[in-house]
Amino acid sequence: MENVMELEAQFQAKIDRGEFIEPKDWMPEKYRKTLIRQISQHAHSEIIGMQPEGNWITRAPSLRRKAILLAKIQDEAGHGLYLYSACETMGISREELNHQLHTGAAKYSSIFNYPTLSWADMGAIGWLVDGAAIVNQVSLQRTSYGPYARAMVRICKEESFHQRQGYELLLSLCRGTAEQKAMAQDAMNRWWWPSLMMFGPHDAESAHSAQSMQWKIKRESNDELRQKFIDKTVAQAEFLGLTIPDPDLKWNAERGHYDFGQIDWEEFNNVIRGNGPCNKQRLNHHVKVHEENVWVREAANAYAKKNAKKSETLVA
Amino acid sequence: MSQGINSSLIKFVVRLGDNNLILGHRLSEWCSKGPFLEEDIAMSNIALDYIGQARVLYSYAGQLDGGKNEDYYAYERREHEFTNALLCETPNGDFGMTVARQLYYSVFAYALCNALLKSKDETLSGYAGKAVKELAYHVRHASDWTLRLGDGTEESNKRMQHGIDELWMYTHDLFATLESDKELVAAGIIPDVAAMKGEWLEQVKDVIQRATLTMPDVNAWQMEGSRKGRHTENIGYIISELQYVTRAYPGCEW
Repeated sequence: MENVMELEAQFQAKIDRGEFIEPKDWMPEKYRKTLIRQISQHAHSEIIGMQPEGNWITRAPSLRRKAILLAKIQDEAGHGLYLYSACETMGISREELNHQLHTGAAKYSSIFNYPTLSWADMGAIGWLVDGAAIVNQVSLQRTSYGPYARAMVRICKEESFHQRQGYELLLSLCRGTAEQKAMAQDAMNRWWWPSLMMFGPHDAESAHSAQSMQWKIKRESNDELRQKFIDKTVAQAEFLGLTIPDPDLKWNAERGHYDFGQIDWEEFNNVIRGNGPCNKQRLNHHVKVHEENVWVREAANAYAKKNAKKSETLVA
Repeated sequence: MSQGINSSLIKFVVRLGDNNLILGHRLSEWCSKGPFLEEDIAMSNIALDYIGQARVLYSYAGQLDGGKNEDYYAYERREHEFTNALLCETPNGDFGMTVARQLYYSVFAYALCNALLKSKDETLSGYAGKAVKELAYHVRHASDWTLRLGDGTEESNKRMQHGIDELWMYTHDLFATLESDKELVAAGIIPDVAAMKGEWLEQVKDVIQRATLTMPDVNAWQMEGSRKGRHTENIGYIISELQYVTRAYPGCEW
């Protein structure tokens, strides 16, 4: 027992010195579990997020936009892959992670439980959703677990390209016809509040925050990150000529930040509990695809085994 | 370039652009539906290659045709004006069907681009130089999967065979030519596409046999018509989706 306490003290001291924890280092079981929960949630979000964006690939209104959207979704899938790999360094298999997603034991970002109803949503997701994700992920580049922090560095680079393309897409709409601008405003109205919810509950209500801050798994609190996102987004919305759907949003010179209205936490909790417009659809899709393709994975395994045997025979 | 040869070249370049766009469209439908994550990424990657190739070809056609832009060809033409090979518009089906389509198409397109490397038209040979590298990967990807599925399990063998058989009737149409192609061949701008079929048949047969699958009856009836804009019913649905936004909001910049 004393030994464990000593190990924990050394572990915490290492974190306090700002050093990374690496896969082979000793770590408290709860640290490992918390990280698996957080990283897998992030990985699942990248993967489930392919659905609402994939929804518009075949309908993209120019070949340039189509190519950008496809490349972006491919990046997201790639992020999912690195993050699954980061999880695997902690001794959990891809299969198990997938199983946790399908049974609901693991979550993904609730933002992807909202539908993409117009082409402008491809812009709003890039600008607001990826924008919110970047604020969070920039902070995670300094997270204490080495493989996760390094994955974040790479992911952040690609995400900032995603955000720029989303903003540029909306800029084209906002400089276009009245109908195009209305399409952009409608997307803004639907995605603004869910984007703010991406940062999670208020600090006082956040179940995992205190311990995660001590372990430097999280580096800044939900409310701090949310405020950062709002502060940098308001001017961008003004430049587009879009109205942020919050009558209480105003600059507070004393705080040096924007004040903003009440988030609808009832909606937030409801969507987390499974009652969002697309929760069932997103998960069912993932499960269905997984099940429909069992035969492909079995064939690949059978073929690999046969050939391993053949090459053994050749060597012998 | 003479007026006649210019218009022949436009037809050929648009045909190749259409093959790429429509096949890329079909493959992009796989996004988030791949049999596992790595393969999902591979399919989007291949879709992106074809859409990229379509853009290069459409831009060139537009340049030859009075300054039209790439989007004109994708978004402003009607179904019958698309001249893609019928194979490219066939539905994805299961993964085995898609692999069969990829095998048939990529072996064809690789050989075509390889021949275009020697084209006297610099834009076409430049296009081929880039495309041939992508297509070499597509051929390897399709061949590897044909082998895995053909020689994997009993079920995968059955499904792969089904894909190979179902799509066979569309393969002859890949090699369709127009009267107007002849002057391009004579000028050393394009190869004689019809004459490429023998080699294609040998290569496809080799993969099919190594995958323990049965080669379809090469003398069976096959469908044609794509170069004259005669399609299967699939094209209408593809174009409906492809052009929905631009038709609903005409005259906009995106």
